Amino acid sequence: MATYILRRLMEAVFILIGITMITYALLYLIPADPVRQIAGRSATPETVENIRQQLGLDLPFYEQYWRYVSALFQGDLGRSYLQKTEVSELIASRLPASLLLMVAAISLELLMGLVMGTISAVRRNSAVDNSLMVISFVGVSAPQFVVGIIFLYIFAVKLNWFPIGGYGTFHHLVLPALTLGFMGAGWYSRMMRSSMLNVLGQDFVRTARAKGLGKARVIVRHAVPNALLPIIAMIGIDIGIFMSGIVVVESVFGWPGIGQLAWQAIQRVDIPIIMGVTLVAACSIVLGNLLADIIAPFVDPRIKLK
Amino acid sequence: MDNKKILGGLAAAAMAVSVATSSSAEPTNGGSMIVTYKDDVSTLDPAIGYDWQNWSMIKSLFDSLLDYKPGTTVLTNDLAESYSISEDGLTYTFVLREGVKFHNGRVMTAADVKYSLDRVTNPKTQSPGAGFFASVKGFDEASGGSGELSGVTVVDDRTVAIELSRPDATFLHVMAINFSSVVPQEAVEQWGEDFGKHPVGTGAFSLAEWSLGQRLVFAKNPDYYQAGLPHLDEIVFEVGQEPVVALLRLQNGEVDVAGDGIPPAKFLEVKNDPEYANAIVEGSQLHTGYISLNVKMKPFDNLAVRKAVNMAINKDRIVRMINGRAVPANQPLPPLMPGYDPDYKGFAFDPEAAKKMLAEAGYGEGFETELYVANTDPQPRIAQAIQQDLAAIGIKAEIKSLAQANVIAAGGEEDQAPMIWSGGMAWIADFPDPSNFYGPILGCGGAVPGGWNWSWYCNEEIDARAVKADAMTNPADAAEREAMWRKIFTDIQDEAPWVPIFNEQRFTIRSDRLDGPDGIFVDPVHIPVHYDTVYLKGGQ
Amino acid sequence: MRVLKALLRRKLGAFGLLVIFMTVAVAFLAPLIAPYPPDLQLFEGLTLEGAPLPPNSQFWLGTDLLGRDLFSRLIYGAQTSLIIGVVANGAAILIGSLVGIVAGFYRGIVGSILMRFTDLMMAFPALLLAIVLAAIFKPSLWIVALVIAMVNWVQVARVIYSETVSLAERDFIAAERTLGASPLRILLKHIAPHLIYSTIVFGTLGISTTVLLEATLSFLGIGVQPPTPSWGNIIFENQTYFASAPWLVFLPGFAIVSLALGFNLVGDAMREILDPTMKGKH
Repeated sequence: MATYILRRLMEAVFILIGITMITYALLYLIPADPVRQIAGRSATPETVENIRQQLGLDLPFYEQYWRYVSALFQGDLGRSYLQKTEVSELIASRLPASLLLMVAAISLELLMGLVMGTISAVRRNSAVDNSLMVISFVGVSAPQFVVGIIFLYIFAVKLNWFPIGGYGTFHHLVLPALTLGFMGAGWYSRMMRSSMLNVLGQDFVRTARAKGLGKARVIVRHAVPNALLPIIAMIGIDIGIFMSGIVVVESVFGWPGIGQLAWQAIQRVDIPIIMGVTLVAACSIVLGNLLADIIAPFVDPRIKLK
Repeated sequence: MDNKKILGGLAAAAMAVSVATSSSAEPTNGGSMIVTYKDDVSTLDPAIGYDWQNWSMIKSLFDSLLDYKPGTTVLTNDLAESYSISEDGLTYTFVLREGVKFHNGRVMTAADVKYSLDRVTNPKTQSPGAGFFASVKGFDEASGGSGELSGVTVVDDRTVAIELSRPDATFLHVMAINFSSVVPQEAVEQWGEDFGKHPVGTGAFSLAEWSLGQRLVFAKNPDYYQAGLPHLDEIVFEVGQEPVVALLRLQNGEVDVAGDGIPPAKFLEVKNDPEYANAIVEGSQLHTGYISLNVKMKPFDNLAVRKAVNMAINKDRIVRMINGRAVPANQPLPPLMPGYDPDYKGFAFDPEAAKKMLAEAGYGEGFETELYVANTDPQPRIAQAIQQDLAAIGIKAEIKSLAQANVIAAGGEEDQAPMIWSGGMAWIADFPDPSNFYGPILGCGGAVPGGWNWSWYCNEEIDARAVKADAMTNPADAAEREAMWRKIFTDIQDEAPWVPIFNEQRFTIRSDRLDGPDGIFVDPVHIPVHYDTVYLKGGQ
Repeated sequence: MRVLKALLRRKLGAFGLLVIFMTVAVAFLAPLIAPYPPDLQLFEGLTLEGAPLPPNSQFWLGTDLLGRDLFSRLIYGAQTSLIIGVVANGAAILIGSLVGIVAGFYRGIVGSILMRFTDLMMAFPALLLAIVLAAIFKPSLWIVALVIAMVNWVQVARVIYSETVSLAERDFIAAERTLGASPLRILLKHIAPHLIYSTIVFGTLGISTTVLLEATLSFLGIGVQPPTPSWGNIIFENQTYFASAPWLVFLPGFAIVSLALGFNLVGDAMREILDPTMKGKH
């Protein structure tokens, strides 16, 4: 197990290096000059050249990249071109907001997904089942910006239950977390349903029922825990989807997380920030996948870690 | 200024023209106000900060040698107690006020002034404002990395002399912009590149707290040299607040100033609501939104084509589309800028004549071209309105809606962008002098690769006249100089390298609690309000 | 035909098919149905102060912030969504299948390089990648399709890869190999036909993902270029008005959800029909 995790971590490092390389190359190809953004309108050509040299942007691509990666290995993400602030500081100031949003969204999507899935499975092929499954299909078909704006309109503008946007209190968190979790709730309810149907058909559940245990008790004590396992393994993979989702959700709700940071940086080709955020996002995705793989054998003993 | 969004309800230089509430008698002292912003403040380093949001914040933390009278564009002494100009107009000698203290308690001296100017022109600082000091002697060496601006000399502790390499009528304005703020060397060296997070100046307020992405608190500087200022004890800036939220909170009395202004979607609703008639102050600003026509690219190298485009755009329709938050323009300078020519007619909207003109120029069939635009709302919408007007005279303009940085990059290439709508990157004056509207955006100096003269218009004869006008440093010649600039800009417009579309208006909304002369709520340089002079209504 | 019949027997599948059919019909008949050209800015389409009009007898679904007829824009927007959905998803499936088959069938160094690269792309935050790609190219309809394909091929490659691997290990293929059949023959005769089912399922479900990604890119202002209407960029242009003119956001939002839902329902039904063993999993 330990060697497996170690090997996977090593692999993860290579994947992350590969990602820095691709991102750096792509940013290099963007037809915009960060130096011009830094130097301002009244700059002389000498100043522009001088700044270009200081940032090493006059170097050939591989040397620039090498500089970046060697600094990275010393834990240095660099400084923002335009703000001069350390990228690590900028990310650290915004990551908590994004993490909070993600944790809340995961909790909500699990809660909604599992409850809906369980009800659907227990009431298989009933009207309840059908309508819940339609809702879950809508969930996976609705882009987050549409869901977010509809929630804003109904719950913030019309009903005035929640604030229209911003950050700070539990009240601010509800709508963005619901929006981010809505799509996942759709997936999980469908997975939970089929997982539950699977479990409900197995011997031990039938035995428990035969022993005369109440239906509700069997479902809650026996069926649900067993049906849960394959779903937990999915959470790790979810993180990747969330990393895309937060860019949109944070922009709709004005949530001060890393998605907004990245979006603003791309507008102004602030390369160190874009690199930093991409790296943080990729890190979470890699770790999430690793987590999913580590959990997998517990879920299904037939899967072996290789 | 760089990165100023337009139509977000923000502005630079402006003068109050509206008649909203007039202020009561005596300002009161004390209390705290809350200002909201959507984006976090990027930096408070006066050598780096160059956006509409931090511009006025820096002005309250730092002082320069000169400043403007609150609510106006009239120069006044700030850290300088007095100054004199040599006969030849090349040497400026400033005498500093006595005993002005930095926030760290040390007394500011002439050496600090020299250090600050050396620092801002040193390419290591990477200041976007270094180029403003181009007329100071030794600038070329300094921007080459010499580390010193040799024209600046410390005469004694309270006297600093600045020698220019050429007469520069705008120099006093340069001494009032943020980039010439006086900073203490020891604090800059202590914090290094993080000085922007730990600013130390001589200004009316000092930075008391900054939680990145959440809030900043400015505390009154008890040692501020101007007696009686600032009026407020504290200003709290809450960031990460959507403009719509900020407006609602303001209407609920939770917020005093919505820093990003009135969101476009709410504009008509709020403006037509009598309840808020007194809360909104309207002002003009030194801004022009224009389309640049690249005179180096076909067919815009043809004057008749450029004129036809100028005549094809229905500016009134565009202004209506943005709910009347601007006034149509017919020349590069905005109406409030000295040198604006109220008698200039420009090119009137006349699509029929435009079509004829195109036909005579050999483009009777029209032609295809591209219109570049920043991809943030409402810019692509304005571009579509322009596109439809062009289509009416047979010009098929494809819209290229890109990130701001990409548009700027395309404009800096000679053969990339035939047309650019300037919105979102628009020219808003750094200081109220017509010269500021010429050099980088219409002069030969800007028509270089990487420059900001996106029309690539370069007229040597006009360049010479501009140099001549800026050499007229004698205050007695001011009127003549203004006349020269007036002619320069109308002559340029006759050659139509731009299609001036509109001059944006500024609307500030403030809470009931705030008071002060209207001018400070649409101050030319302090946005959204003049933080040092605003005060709470009696007893609050 | 058999599949179509099975599909029509399922309520949800049939409903999805209906939605897709209607959208396609609207897209093809757009010039006949739309009351106005989609990018015509009408003077009477705005109030005198420049505000958009709510739905009324002249503009059935109201007008947008430029005074254009929203109904016409929505109808033409269907074309955009479908073109991008089909082209981008087609390209993604092509690239993904190619990578998956080559890596799964030939294995070896090429295979493992391809799969390591796929792993790497899996760890890329997809939307960030799309945003950066969109900043490199000058945007157009086809570039948007290309960008989406470059992001979406990864999932396809993974699935096709593992299916190819498990197929290639089956006995009958090993037997063919020992009999001296050429790899290409094996690939075409035995492996490709088995992959067609997954491809069809992916082709349907993937269009839904593509439609959503196009809408998201356009919503961020980096997708389809104006004035070409796309449901996503209609929302982008009007979103600040969502409280005072909700129809400008809700109607295109409804269109996006319906079309994505249609493809999801059909894709899901097809998966059950074509491969009864993989139920409800994604």
